[in-house]
Amino acid sequence: MPKRTDLHRILLIGSGPIIIGQGAEFDYSGTQAAKALQEEGFEVILVNSNPATIMTDPEIADRTYIEPVTPEYVELIIAKERPDALLPTMGGQTALNVAMKLAELGVLEKYGVELIGADARAIAMAEDRKLFGEAMKRIGLAVPPGGIATTIDEAFDLLETTAFPAIIRPAFTLGGTGGGIAYNRQEFEEIIRRGLDLSPVSQVLVERSVIGWKEFELEVMRDCADNVVIVCSIENIDPMGVHTGDSITVAPAMTLTDREYQLMRDAAVAVIREIGVEAGGCNIQFAINPDDGEMLVIEMNPRVSRSSALASKATGFPIARIGTKLAVGYRLDEIPNDITGTTPASFEPVLDYVVVKCPRFAFEKFRAANPRLTTQMKSVGESMAIGRTFKEAFQKALRALETGRPGWTTATTLADDRLEDDSVETLRGALRQPTPERIFQVKRALSAGISVDELFELTGMDRWFLSQMKELLEAERAFASLKTIDKDVLWRMKRMGFADRQLADLRGESEAAARTRRLGFGVVPAYKMVDTCAGEFPSATPYLYSSYDEESEAPKSGKRSVVILGSGPNRIGQGVEFDYCCVRAALALRDRGYETIMINSNPETVSTDFDISDKLYFEPLTLEHVLDIVEREQPLGVIVQLGGQTPLKLTQGLEKAGVTILGTQPDSIDIAEDRKRFDAIARSLGIRQPDNGIATSLDEAVAAATRIGYPVLVRPSYVLGGRAMEIVYDEQSLRQYFERAARVSEDKPVLIDRFLEDAFEADVDAISDGERVVIGGVMQHIEDAGIHSGDSACVLPPYLIDEEHIDEMRQHTVALAKALNVVGLINVQYAIKDGLVYVLEVNPRASRTVPFVSKAIGVPLASIAARVMLGETLDEIGFTEEVIPAYISVKEAVFPFNKFREFDPILGPEMRSTGEVMGISDSFGSAFGKAQLAADNVLPAGGALFITVNDSDKHAVTPIARRFQEMGFKLFATGGTAKHLRGRGIPVETVLKIHEGRPNGIDMMLNGEVQLLINTPLGKESQRDDYTMRQAAIANHVAYTTTLSAANAACDAILSLRSRAPSVLSLQEWHARIPKEAGV
Amino acid sequence: MESESRITEPGFLLLEDGTLFRGRLASDSALLPAVAEVVFTTNMTGYQEVFTDPSYRGQIVVMTAPQIGNYGVNAEDPESSAPQVAGVVVRELSETYSSWRATNGLGAWLAASQVPIIQDVDTRRLTRHLRSVGVMRGVIGAGTEPDEASKLALEECPSMEGLDLASRVSTRERYSWGDPRARHHIVAYDYGIKRNILRLFDENDCRVTVVPADTSADAALAEDPDGIFLSNGPGDPDAVSYAPEIIRTLATKGVPIFGICLGHQLLGLTFGGSTSKMPYGHRGGNHPVKEVETGRVLITAQNHGFAVEGDEQSVKGASDLEVTHVNLNDRTIEGLRHRTLPVFGVQYHPEAAPGPHDARPLFQEFLSALKGAIR
Repeated sequence: MPKRTDLHRILLIGSGPIIIGQGAEFDYSGTQAAKALQEEGFEVILVNSNPATIMTDPEIADRTYIEPVTPEYVELIIAKERPDALLPTMGGQTALNVAMKLAELGVLEKYGVELIGADARAIAMAEDRKLFGEAMKRIGLAVPPGGIATTIDEAFDLLETTAFPAIIRPAFTLGGTGGGIAYNRQEFEEIIRRGLDLSPVSQVLVERSVIGWKEFELEVMRDCADNVVIVCSIENIDPMGVHTGDSITVAPAMTLTDREYQLMRDAAVAVIREIGVEAGGCNIQFAINPDDGEMLVIEMNPRVSRSSALASKATGFPIARIGTKLAVGYRLDEIPNDITGTTPASFEPVLDYVVVKCPRFAFEKFRAANPRLTTQMKSVGESMAIGRTFKEAFQKALRALETGRPGWTTATTLADDRLEDDSVETLRGALRQPTPERIFQVKRALSAGISVDELFELTGMDRWFLSQMKELLEAERAFASLKTIDKDVLWRMKRMGFADRQLADLRGESEAAARTRRLGFGVVPAYKMVDTCAGEFPSATPYLYSSYDEESEAPKSGKRSVVILGSGPNRIGQGVEFDYCCVRAALALRDRGYETIMINSNPETVSTDFDISDKLYFEPLTLEHVLDIVEREQPLGVIVQLGGQTPLKLTQGLEKAGVTILGTQPDSIDIAEDRKRFDAIARSLGIRQPDNGIATSLDEAVAAATRIGYPVLVRPSYVLGGRAMEIVYDEQSLRQYFERAARVSEDKPVLIDRFLEDAFEADVDAISDGERVVIGGVMQHIEDAGIHSGDSACVLPPYLIDEEHIDEMRQHTVALAKALNVVGLINVQYAIKDGLVYVLEVNPRASRTVPFVSKAIGVPLASIAARVMLGETLDEIGFTEEVIPAYISVKEAVFPFNKFREFDPILGPEMRSTGEVMGISDSFGSAFGKAQLAADNVLPAGGALFITVNDSDKHAVTPIARRFQEMGFKLFATGGTAKHLRGRGIPVETVLKIHEGRPNGIDMMLNGEVQLLINTPLGKESQRDDYTMRQAAIANHVAYTTTLSAANAACDAILSLRSRAPSVLSLQEWHARIPKEAGV
Repeated sequence: MESESRITEPGFLLLEDGTLFRGRLASDSALLPAVAEVVFTTNMTGYQEVFTDPSYRGQIVVMTAPQIGNYGVNAEDPESSAPQVAGVVVRELSETYSSWRATNGLGAWLAASQVPIIQDVDTRRLTRHLRSVGVMRGVIGAGTEPDEASKLALEECPSMEGLDLASRVSTRERYSWGDPRARHHIVAYDYGIKRNILRLFDENDCRVTVVPADTSADAALAEDPDGIFLSNGPGDPDAVSYAPEIIRTLATKGVPIFGICLGHQLLGLTFGGSTSKMPYGHRGGNHPVKEVETGRVLITAQNHGFAVEGDEQSVKGASDLEVTHVNLNDRTIEGLRHRTLPVFGVQYHPEAAPGPHDARPLFQEFLSALKGAIR
């Protein structure tokens, strides 16, 4: 059955912003899907609100709608584009739920749009917990005992069958959102309420806990002729009870005999058939009782997922790409295996290596959040590593997390391993309760002599994995006690995945000395290919990993090559936007005839797709691994400025080793980071900076702050995403801060700046070829100074900044780029206060706004940056003038506060957003409104507004209140604010503060009497009130804003919402409005 | 979970073309040198089934999966009474094992059967070598450099071509398997039969009389079978020269016949076809096989180094046979059927063990062809 000829135009839905549980993997799947469809000659219509993705680049689809991924907007797109089919399985739960809603509303039927990949019936059967349970029963497969509840009472009834602990899983949510483990009635009720609330169909599954059972996943594909293949098996080291996204996982399964594996395989085949995924892929989770092998089916996702992205990278079998081809009618045997080029896709990949995936968490950003790992996913990113053995892959994957641990190594302090003291009892207690540090606690336990058997009892980790770890520990001990190191022993240690730094630490040497000795012995890694077939067939695709083995494959090609360093695991402050830049660079340079070599360790990304670069090295981004590759490839140079802090941190080491850094030189990067050197340059250029100082001790800090005057902004140098950055209002707070921050980075000084209160902030992205500097875009932040630029909404072009100040920022940017000899990208952050422009920060590298700006102006900045780094001039490329679009683009940040309910959603100088969305329109209000909608902050068209602001904001809130009142909003405010507003002629009802009694603001929110909340921090005395208020807003889906500037913008948006019907326009149509002579 | 103590002497694998692979011995060096044809299998699970499969008799088996021994060995999974392989080559043999069914470690179990095992070998390099130049003979020896005794043993090792190994692994005496009251009776020619075939017949209400490979047609017919089964087995089908005559006689009597692997190859030879040695064979659990009639694709378990010559259209030299299955990787014949007689065979292993169960329905097909079967 070849390609369907009755379809011509296909709508592809993306997953929207990056949130916990729905990350960069959907950029990977969406991009693959779009490419696969275009390749087959289909017209691709794409919708996704996330500008930081490759999939929303204008050439990936025929028409790209950067619009909110909501039923309302997708319907508008359908009405306009009239696609023949909708592919809903590539955009995570978001796309699936929107597609289901459109089916339910009759929109698909009305416009004659067919769901392909998975139909509504199959999606419902997989996602609806009740239907799924019944389906499993029909095919004789067991699920954990339990049942479905749609009310609290029903849930409590189910406790009779499940008892405690009980597992709660809401229907139709992603990443286990709203789920959890309840050990008592109080927890149970809490989780049930939240679960019912978060499930779009108000349905939760309550089931008996099988915590501690072995956990497996299979990735399955089925074509329209009912052929089924299993792409990959994945085994979780952390057993049932920890979300698979938060587990350390291994592919292929390590501890199953063929008999058990085939039983699971048979079950998986039966499941995909019964659920009726007609043409596409799914992921099925199983639990196995470690004592007798009893097997239960846990759940099934009828779409591509985080696990399918991992499985694709782990096997070389591109699930999203193949799934797309299946959806348009192909059979598996009609699709070639792109890696071998000679065999068909109707086979099951075999691995001759071991893959380990490790989750990366962000609890350091959410100190109040509970770090206990449960069935609700909490990690923000992941690393993957490949080795020839489990031990090797395991250590590489932990290293690739970039959390400062070079492998499976315990921290120097107990606290960093999340232990309160060094007693064995504390350790045992910690091991029973999974946290991100448990894997390191296991090492402490083994060191303390706790047996593998006992550890199995405590953690549920299979004894095989624990024994592998024990072997690592024994090898370390033996190595540390050796008198001399010979080649043989070193070879064996390297084969177990030990980094030079680990070996150096074991013997009290420097990493450099360890490396020198290793190279002296000729102990170097071999590079092996991931080929889907364990070497059975020749493979044409150099997808490589290192291992200490004999034979290397895919030798140096002899072509002029360039190494691009990726950005590693996603984390807050370093997400998909940097992967975007790396991919653009790889594509641009390949196009210019260079051999492109990508190094990255993140399985979720487009950059680690094997067909993006000419060679892909799936390796940790550490100096050792990068130098080994550079040594082998002898490239023209290495690009470090596109992957965020990860490659930047390697720059000095690379330069020291004599590696050519392409583009802006390391010294310029150092100037930008070095306060003293930068001051000198700023002064010589006549550029104003806020008063500032550096401190390496508390005394220095106090002195500096006193000189500058409070409030001050303090932060450690060399940090990412405003890590540990705070605004400090007095000396006492400074002292408290300094204790905490000193721990964050010991040998780096703390920077102290005067904090410019109530200033406007702006970001400028520019590009320089060393001679000419062209402005990419000037973005005005919506939020005032003091909120991290990554967390602030911004607008391009600026809408409230005077033209003279914009010009001044442009001139400064050009001057700074020249002074720093920038070749490539530069980002400068400014503040404007009392008519004066200040430079806050200069980053001579790609910033996180590069993809947003590129989409706003229709110019691929990262591609151009890569080309200038290799010597082309902006003149030759044809990008010589700033593009100022005649429309408005707004970027808004998206936060994980819904996941970390216990955390205060207030914004500050430390970045906490996980993703971003973009709204484009011809007015600011409309663009901002779209961005809010896309960020799931649904602004009300009318209703009641509740205002509670601090004293200093009372004056500024008055005109905002008046605007809302004029729009017909009913106004409520707490005492002081109400009095102030009434005094200025604005009718407003007084509401009690929480501590003043009841009914108060929270009661009103719970009763649905408030549609919008404006709440600025009220200061210490009522912190608790504030916090509770914002929590209530989130829990009750009340739109809220915590800054007045955002409130003003919301007002614009609501005005626009009310004055015109929503409309959609594709990115290509917007770009067509840019005058031809501008841009490239 | 148990830990095994381990011998860690240096060892090597020397191939007949002179290529040398170094590793560490995980077995007693007294078993060495061990010589045989070196083949690789891509099965990721089921090492115990592989090592006990009689079709691997006379072969040194390289596991492409790098971690072997993780779940130990157990009493339920062997495909014959003892390991059949001449030697085992792995990247890493697990020092410990973990499974609720395990009764012993792989290393200890192989040692008890005197099967040499070498680990720490760059098995991917070895696999790539065999894949690009073809399988060949090799010798496992002790030490870091090949010694004269090993080289001599390698020289004297016979080629797989022309080797009748089936007669050597076949049962000496007929025996019965399964419930005596079962509905059907199958006579199985044992060229190296795997136990899982017998288990599946049993599950499908058949009793099996397993007979030696050289049992005459008359003797087989005297058992009054509802059907004849021709088993899998090792070696060169051409060398089992007595078999085609027996099979032809049985077929002309109208008895339904089903052959797997070597049995399938012998069917090809019986009706005028020919077989040839493949460059590196098919060994693993992921081979896509297309059912010619329906276009359906089965993921199959395979273990063979010879194949019936022909293509999707026809069996070369055997116009009475039609091709029912082809391999989608290299288009070789994977199944055939007689145009008029109830005779068919498949090159792959529907009984799996190890491998996927996609092709199990083939047993049903045979059963429904049996005399007296309810259709």
